[in-house]
Amino acid sequence: MTAPAAELAGVSLSLRGNPVLEDVSLRIEAHDYLAVLGPNGGGKTSLLKILLGLLSPDRGSVRILGRPARRAHGQVGYVPQHVRFDLAFPIRVMDVVLMGRLGAARFGRIGAQDRAAAEAVLERVEIQGLAQRPIGALSGGQLQRVLIARALAQRPKLLLLDEPTASLDERIGRSVWELFEELSEEMAVVVVSHDVGAISRYVRSVACLNRRLHAHPSKELTPEILEATYGGPVDLLAHGHPHRVLEPHEDS
Amino acid sequence: MLEALSLPFFQRVLLAGLLASVACGVIGTYVVAKRIASLSGGLSHAAFGGVGLGYLAGFPPIVGAAGFGLAAALIVGIAQRRFGSGLDTLISMVWAVGMALGIVFVALAPGYAPDLMSYLFGSLLFVPWEYVVAVAVLDAAILAAVLFFHRSFEAVCFDEEYAEVAGVRAEGLFLALLALAALAIVTLIRVVGVILAIALLTIPAAAARPWVETLRGMMGLAVAICAASMVGGLLLSYGLGESFEISIPPGPLVILLAAVLYLVSVGLRSVLERGARAAATAA
Repeated sequence: MTAPAAELAGVSLSLRGNPVLEDVSLRIEAHDYLAVLGPNGGGKTSLLKILLGLLSPDRGSVRILGRPARRAHGQVGYVPQHVRFDLAFPIRVMDVVLMGRLGAARFGRIGAQDRAAAEAVLERVEIQGLAQRPIGALSGGQLQRVLIARALAQRPKLLLLDEPTASLDERIGRSVWELFEELSEEMAVVVVSHDVGAISRYVRSVACLNRRLHAHPSKELTPEILEATYGGPVDLLAHGHPHRVLEPHEDS
Repeated sequence: MLEALSLPFFQRVLLAGLLASVACGVIGTYVVAKRIASLSGGLSHAAFGGVGLGYLAGFPPIVGAAGFGLAAALIVGIAQRRFGSGLDTLISMVWAVGMALGIVFVALAPGYAPDLMSYLFGSLLFVPWEYVVAVAVLDAAILAAVLFFHRSFEAVCFDEEYAEVAGVRAEGLFLALLALAALAIVTLIRVVGVILAIALLTIPAAAARPWVETLRGMMGLAVAICAASMVGGLLLSYGLGESFEISIPPGPLVILLAAVLYLVSVGLRSVLERGARAAATAA
């Protein structure tokens, strides 16, 4: 039996005296396709950084791929928000994607098989034609795909994406959501976002985070769940799926 | 002016300047890309504390500069991770404290320090062969580190958080990068001085940026721009003294030339782009 991709038990975190996460427990299986939804300031970034091993919780245990989070570096693919990148940085797409191979490369030496792997992932995210472009010449959606390719070049067992919805409006081949679904057959895929409508159509399960985490075995969201998470009514009109009514959260 | 090229003292300072250009263009590219210019400015001023200690304790000031520069790189680099928003204040403290220590050490040192000004603004006359050799050795060390670790440095400059997650030792590499910046500053100390060294870590790389698409390209062009500024500034410093008896240390002249090249580079680029756009609209 394989270890779960991530296992958090009783995780709490305070930043500068303010509680950010309280008693968060979460188990992500090897082939999950999970969305962690929640309002801005609800602790999404902190949870992400804990999963990435960049932050340590005050209390609770974190195991990533059966190991302490920092020891899982290299096995966890991370796709940051593409809007925070400096497009004036002089670098080509291929060299960004090759960064995904650095963790495994000895002393940072990149070889022919690393280039082959980078070309293969560029093809997979359908931007193979852009390999020699400087990143400053890319659209937001294209840059997002470059960052996904970079994470996939690591051959990760857990893929974490921070607010990937921005590229939804762009049609480059098939949507990234379908790609993530396909990828979840090879790895666990976790999407962290505040955008409820767009994501819940595609993922297999949903967890709602607003300091506390409410995990749901399925992805059906009810207005009650969302109100408990967001602290106010949320418009679900964009959501095309039928909703099954779930039990309200115990503490709401 | 060109007869300077046959004078041994001028040959030495020119060679030191050209060798320093290699370190400047290469490391300056990282400094500009990673946006650590003010941090590097702090390192160069901290290095002056080591120059003063050298005078006081009787060892070569350049060794003291390297020691203080590396120590400041370590302190600021580690603090960068822990302090966050307080970093700016810390940098300015390291900056000023280094200078203050240098002045105090020199004042305490016995006798008069005739070449002190040369450490601040550079000099045509005080560049011994030993210094030229030291710059060549530092160049070799810097180039070796960059040839070996360029992709890792590039990853840390582009996206430090990701680099860490991907399994690159980001904190160690960032410290190494700061250490290389401190060494690059040492290569500049005798020719342009500690106060102006930061300008040659930033201006040539910034001037190169509009014409390149990769960090490697930026390094090459920045080295050329830095070398051109060095040759021009040194010749001008000599020529002004010989022909007009105006004595200006080479440092300020080199920096002003580099700034002119920056303006020409950015201006030319924007004219070319406007021309290209106009042609595209016309077609």
